[in-house]
Amino acid sequence: MSEVKNVLRLENITMQFGGVVAINNLSLQVNEGEIVALIGPNGAGKTTAFNCVTGVYEPTNGAVYFHGKPIAVNHPQGKMVRQYAGELANKYRETRPVVYSPDRITAMGIARTFQNIRLFKSQTAFENVLIATHLRRSSNLFTAAFRLNLREERRMREKAMSLLETVGLAEEADELATSLPYGKQRRLEIARALATDPTLLLLDEPAAGMNPQETDELGEFIVDIKNRFNLTVFMIEHHMNLVMDISDRIYVLDFGRQIAEGTPQEIQQNPVVIAAYLGVEEE
Amino acid sequence: MKERKNARLILSLLGVAAIYFLGWFIEQRSGSKSMVVTVLQKGAVYALIAVSMNLLNGFVGLFSLGQAGFMLVGAYTYAILTIPMAKRAAVYQYYDGGWVQFTVGVIPAMIAAGLIAAVFAALIGIPVLRLKGDYLAIATLGFAEIIRAIVQWDTIGPLTNGSNLLKTYPTLKNIMPGNSVLFVFLVVGVCIGLILLIINSTYGRAMKAIRDDEIAAEAMGINLFHHKQMAFVISSFFAGVGGALLAMYQGSLQANSFKSSMTYEILLIVVIGGLGSVSGSVIASFLFIAASEWWLRFLDSEMLVGDFKVPLLAPGFRMVVFSVVIMVVVLFFRRGIMGDRELWEIGRRRGAKGGRIQ
Repeated sequence: MSEVKNVLRLENITMQFGGVVAINNLSLQVNEGEIVALIGPNGAGKTTAFNCVTGVYEPTNGAVYFHGKPIAVNHPQGKMVRQYAGELANKYRETRPVVYSPDRITAMGIARTFQNIRLFKSQTAFENVLIATHLRRSSNLFTAAFRLNLREERRMREKAMSLLETVGLAEEADELATSLPYGKQRRLEIARALATDPTLLLLDEPAAGMNPQETDELGEFIVDIKNRFNLTVFMIEHHMNLVMDISDRIYVLDFGRQIAEGTPQEIQQNPVVIAAYLGVEEE
Repeated sequence: MKERKNARLILSLLGVAAIYFLGWFIEQRSGSKSMVVTVLQKGAVYALIAVSMNLLNGFVGLFSLGQAGFMLVGAYTYAILTIPMAKRAAVYQYYDGGWVQFTVGVIPAMIAAGLIAAVFAALIGIPVLRLKGDYLAIATLGFAEIIRAIVQWDTIGPLTNGSNLLKTYPTLKNIMPGNSVLFVFLVVGVCIGLILLIINSTYGRAMKAIRDDEIAAEAMGINLFHHKQMAFVISSFFAGVGGALLAMYQGSLQANSFKSSMTYEILLIVVIGGLGSVSGSVIASFLFIAASEWWLRFLDSEMLVGDFKVPLLAPGFRMVVFSVVIMVVVLFFRRGIMGDRELWEIGRRRGAKGGRIQ
């Protein structure tokens, strides 16, 4: 076990909005080089879990570790002390809270895509990727404005172009990002995420809106970039074929709680999962 | 590809040179007091201020209405620093000659005007830039009003001359006599050139990303506050320089002329020119100034056709017509003259292969 390094670890994460508990005591881990899927019915709290990892939300309780380093730690504070409806209210009381903004988390090496595509709409496909290379710049405002960073600028452009080639969008480099068909926009989002040099890639429903053939291709593509860029992939997905094909492990969420964990085979035969997805008749 | 790029560069340099020559030529032909020269001077000053405002509103997507405040800071800094020693006693007659007892050159004073405005922006930006949308607009508008009130505060009268006029500082008439248009064009040209360099750098791209989608920009590792603050400070720097130029153009300075209506005028120029287009702002500002100072003047004076007095033409009617024009623009030509494109981008493909300016 000691050889398996976990890249991402969520520990007792609870996320509560007012009186609504979106995630309750979620613990999971993603190991290096794995493709892990997070599945569950609509409203189960999957995207909320992503947002807790990427710093968009501050979890109400619990801790998130990235390569063993805490990137988000919190316990119920202020009004939440009385309102808190999750579990383990006191576990992190003594721990110092840790908060990072989304850009800091991306800088650490976590990149993401969005469920409802968020490309920079006035920019071309090429510019969308180019913007994401800004993070790893070494130039400052002065050197950038007076073009003293020409070498870096050229490197940025080459990197953006080669990423576009990787995702098969070199032909569309000069097209407005939002004028691309849906499937290509999703791949462009992945290219843009890769431009930030991540070690962990979070994909939020990468196959949403794709037809079966596109979905198959996407599966191969995800495995391909995972190997090529030495990534660990954590994804939310509804297409069960895709999930079962490429995931090493699967976590299942329902109503904010983890109801199952295991390999694709185990999950497929798990009665609790089947019940959550198909519903069971009351006896 | 490279040859085409060089050709474009030479072409645009020639274009700029032609504009400078035209400005100089017109002033030589029609004299420094003519209406066309006034329009060129004020139009250029407003062009700089409009571009600085466009940087915020059009490129970063920050709806800020503090421009008049930063112009006021710049204008006052310039005037206070350049009033000749011999005339200070007369200008600051109610305040024993004032606190500032030295004079600096015109160019250092203009740079100082920009820097002081930038310092104000940096300080105000810390609390204000955490606000979004309309709230930011209200906060910056409030700042501009507060600055205007503070400048007229009697206690700092020895610095700002209270609510009295600041005058006798170097103006456009006496900095480069007979070449005032050329002087304004040079300063404005250098400033807009700097803004263009920033917009087309990797920082400019990050700013446009923030405008397009804040959440995605932040997820791509762009520090929102840092970049917004940067844009706010840069914009205010150039608004300060623009304020100094406006002080030179006006010849005397009073805080009360920097009302919020001045910010709205500039906002109109930005919208008419097109949010996100530098060349649009420049074109719109010359059109706007020409219309308001010159072409529409006739609306303010009574006109008799034979014995018939044309109705409606009376002092103030110009502003009514103006408002209607603006409503029509906002209702039917919302993208403005240029949209978010530049004059030199027309007919060119954007992106990697089209070879945007490095």
